[in-house]
Amino acid sequence: MAYSDKVLDHYNNPRNVGALDKSAKDVGTGVVGAPECGDVMKLQIQVDDSGRIVDAKFKTYGCGSAIASSSLATEWLKGATIDEAMQIKNTQIVEELALPPVKIHCSVLAEDAIKAAIDDYRTKQGAEAPAES
Amino acid sequence: MTIKTPIYMDNSATTQCDPRVVDKMVRYFAEDFGNAASRNHAFGWQAESAVDQAREEVALLLGAHPKEIVFTSGSTEANNLAIKGVAEMYASKGRHLISCVTEHKAVIDPLKHLEQQGYEVTWLEVDGMGRIDLEALRGAIRPDTILVSLMAANNETGTAHPIAEIGALCKERGVLFHTDATQVVGRMPIDVQSQGIDLLSLSAHKFYGPKGVGALYVRRKSPRVRLAPLMDGGGHERGMRSGTLNVPGIAGMGEAARLAREEFDQNVAKVQALRDRLEQGILAGLPDAVVNGDTEHRLPHLSNISFPYVEGESMIMGIKDVAVSSGSACTSASLEPSYVLKSLGLGDELAHSSIRFSVGRFNTEEEVDFVVDLVVREVTRLREMSPLWEMVQEGIDLSKVKWTHH
Ligand SMILES: Cc1ncc(COP(=O)(O)O)c(C=O)c1O
Repeated sequence: MAYSDKVLDHYNNPRNVGALDKSAKDVGTGVVGAPECGDVMKLQIQVDDSGRIVDAKFKTYGCGSAIASSSLATEWLKGATIDEAMQIKNTQIVEELALPPVKIHCSVLAEDAIKAAIDDYRTKQGAEAPAES
Repeated sequence: MTIKTPIYMDNSATTQCDPRVVDKMVRYFAEDFGNAASRNHAFGWQAESAVDQAREEVALLLGAHPKEIVFTSGSTEANNLAIKGVAEMYASKGRHLISCVTEHKAVIDPLKHLEQQGYEVTWLEVDGMGRIDLEALRGAIRPDTILVSLMAANNETGTAHPIAEIGALCKERGVLFHTDATQVVGRMPIDVQSQGIDLLSLSAHKFYGPKGVGALYVRRKSPRVRLAPLMDGGGHERGMRSGTLNVPGIAGMGEAARLAREEFDQNVAKVQALRDRLEQGILAGLPDAVVNGDTEHRLPHLSNISFPYVEGESMIMGIKDVAVSSGSACTSASLEPSYVLKSLGLGDELAHSSIRFSVGRFNTEEEVDFVVDLVVREVTRLREMSPLWEMVQEGIDLSKVKWTHH
């Protein structure tokens, strides 16, 4: 199976592998996928008071394209606002990494992971600071 | 010494042709190119004598008589000839056959073909190590059973079946016994007499011979096995396999058989030492890696290992400097995990993350050490990237997690 140079680069030098404190109020965590399906992604964001993502980390169990999709996602998330992050589409990931059709589900999973992490962050903020907005 | 990559460790898929085998073959292409069936001139006699010599060598390797060897294009054809040939010839005696779910497709598919024609097949199950239950086999034999087909050792896990016991049981019950010995030739002792084998398939390229040539051993006495041919034609190979003989290929297989017999002890000692070094090295570096199959009764050159918490395809990508097979028949369209590993009870996930290493006598200790290093390093790297590994470290039971299926 031929991988694009960008997939290989992310696979060999994944960006932002690691973990943030999932109990922290300013951290949102999303875990999507299932082991028997061949991929599980965990994506975390740390958000400052202005709603900007100051840090992002991932861990992925999955093929090279799944690793690359989540690695790329963390790159795009860092420095983005929550609103900008919500705009990230799986098709952009497909395009950037030149994913073949059989690997499109990896990009879908990455988009789902972003949304799940933002959801988690918003839930925490909502629960902790009900007065806001 | 510098190591040349990729390193070949897929000797259960095929082996490098021994240079001595290649030497032996060359003259039958250009010089002595005759047709072994030409009776009127020296060209034919030369070819026939090469074929006779090869037949002798293959027979010696199996403890058989030369007249019991039928040359084929390989094990696939030999298996088809044995199974379909017996089924057709003995149909008036019965239409029931027995085999096992872990057989190679070259046995399973001919049997499925027979099922469609109204034959009945009992498919024996295996335990967690890939072993059949002899009592289950005994219980499956019926008055209308005409053939038991069970492989000598499995190509994915290396698990070896107790061939002599199966042979004795079949003899006792008057049922013919076929074994696909493709993986075993040159690697484990074979003797058709003491092991009670009536039909045996082999393929030259699995024991340092050329591709596209193999043989079927067909017992001639007590009992005399009769087969309906797959192909009709000039009546070669005593009518069991028509078609001009592949003289260079057969000569090469004969030479490979001679080497496999004469150098058996040293070859087995070598591959077993390399395999053990590989397996022990990997397990020392990755204590929760799991060896699949029966580690006591198995092929000496093969180790099938699952690496929990890392995904198979990314692993293969990480260890691309070594040529191995993976537990997922990973075509671009489907990621279907191995039916053999699944029948041992492995979940899809572990089957996906399993690698078959099969060393050969051209591998070196340096290569093994390089591969151990590479595998330990890559699996460790991928684990550090794995959320499953992280959860396990935190004491989370993965089977209790509610995953989001997509
Ligand atoms: C157990 C077994 N049987 C049959 C075969 C088929 O051999 P060939 O492709 O040489 O016909 C193989 C090789 O893949 C094998 O491992």
